[in-house]
Amino acid sequence: MLELQNLSFQVAGADGTKEIIKNINLTLKDHTLTAITGPNGGGKSTLAKLIMGIEKPTSGRILFNGMDITDMSITERANAGISFAFQQPVRFKGIKVKDLITLAAGNKISIAGACEYLSKVGLCARDYINRDIDASLSGGELKRIEIATIIARNTPLSVFDEPEAGIDLWSFNNLIQVFENLHDTSDNSLLIISHQERILNIADEIVVIADGQVKAQGPKDSILPELLQGTESCKFYR
Amino acid sequence: MDQIQKTLLEQVADLHEVPAGAYNIRANGESVGRNTTAHIDIVTKTDKPGIDIFIKPGTKKESVHIPVVLSQSGLTELVYNDFHIGADCDITIVAGCGIHNGGDKDSKHDGIHSFFVGANSRVRYVEKHYGSGEGTGQRIMNPETRVELAEGSYMEMETVQIKGVDSTKRVTNAIIGDGAKLVITERLMTHGEQYAESEFNVDLNGEGSSTNVISRAVAKDNSRQLFLAKINGNNKCAGHSECDAIIMDNAKISAIPEITANCLDAELIHEAAIGKIAGDQLIKLMTLGLTEAEAEEQIVNGFLK
Repeated sequence: MLELQNLSFQVAGADGTKEIIKNINLTLKDHTLTAITGPNGGGKSTLAKLIMGIEKPTSGRILFNGMDITDMSITERANAGISFAFQQPVRFKGIKVKDLITLAAGNKISIAGACEYLSKVGLCARDYINRDIDASLSGGELKRIEIATIIARNTPLSVFDEPEAGIDLWSFNNLIQVFENLHDTSDNSLLIISHQERILNIADEIVVIADGQVKAQGPKDSILPELLQGTESCKFYR
Repeated sequence: MDQIQKTLLEQVADLHEVPAGAYNIRANGESVGRNTTAHIDIVTKTDKPGIDIFIKPGTKKESVHIPVVLSQSGLTELVYNDFHIGADCDITIVAGCGIHNGGDKDSKHDGIHSFFVGANSRVRYVEKHYGSGEGTGQRIMNPETRVELAEGSYMEMETVQIKGVDSTKRVTNAIIGDGAKLVITERLMTHGEQYAESEFNVDLNGEGSSTNVISRAVAKDNSRQLFLAKINGNNKCAGHSECDAIIMDNAKISAIPEITANCLDAELIHEAAIGKIAGDQLIKLMTLGLTEAEAEEQIVNGFLK
């Protein structure tokens, strides 16, 4: 499905270049829900952006279903079948929820169709479909709409960057169900960056990234118990 | 009317055929169609070019269309249209000007619209400007709007200029009476070498009067825009002006809001923001499969919607 080969990413800083991603090699299997976790600042979000093409790697290759997508633009990757849910969803003046979901679905969908995607993320569609995606929406509402756009896209790979950030507890319970449902009802693969134990718990595979490197990768049952012993003592975080 | 004029009419007044209700259609400097109703009379001025529109008190749910189209290159005109709106009315007025200039001479329409709105009346005024034609002659429009709102009246003014007008200077002067309210929504896009200036002067004279002046503007290519909003609070009143602009390419935009409180109980606010399209907005739409150009178009269209 997705293969990262010797992937590195550097940025220029005040005191020379800083390596955010250090020669990562990683393969995601087909039809799996993979969770990427690890300490803040470890490079998780950067890795997600490299996969979507929002950032370009300094070196290394990215293969998607055997196709080298390293030099592809964001648009080309989106059309090749990758979706990306932002950690902090973007606001627009004058673009309505309905417009964004229609763009995401990629064709003219009915109001009923758009509403169905909103219902899946626990929003009462009638209240939201004609609202602007602007500052009048709360962070949690925006987040759910963001996830609805990813569901509407229905691509082979969906990348979620900390979907739990900014979401309340009630919404969070629903969020878990949304991911479980997505995983159970399609053959698409999900890659979720998260700190939440309950999200890690529904994953097939867990990848631990710290200091720009893969510290561990394996089935949930082998990685999660180790993580839950506490981050202080966790060997992956050292 | 010929096909060019019909196309212009469609752009500025959304008219595909003769409108319902009262109307006066002006083409190349002459009235080509007029209809009056039991409550709305339209009379040609005798002292200067233009018309007087008389709306009887209590007229409800009626509309007046007064579109202007110019397709003759080099035509220059100055027209006065005065709306005398009685008390307790509820009406919609659609004006608008379309210029097609296929020649090398400048075409110009300057319209001075005055609104005398009676007590407790509600008016919705829609004005669209549109230019087309491949000629080198400029398409120029300088609209001036004068508004006097009597006690308890309400006027909503929507102005749109999206395409093809080379030069425009818009001036709106308004005097707001007791408990009356004026809401102005302006949408403006300039491109190429165009220049647009938009000036609003609102005097909040009445007790409990209010206004909200909202401008959404996009400037592309080498175009330039100047936005001036002056609100004077002369009584217990509430005033708000907002200019929100997107700048692209080599365009230049100035926004100069001015608020003056001449009364202790005047509450006035101005906001102005100019900036390019946010990078994360483009990225979000590109992750949905749009190209950068498509994303830009989507953002601009939404912003001006």
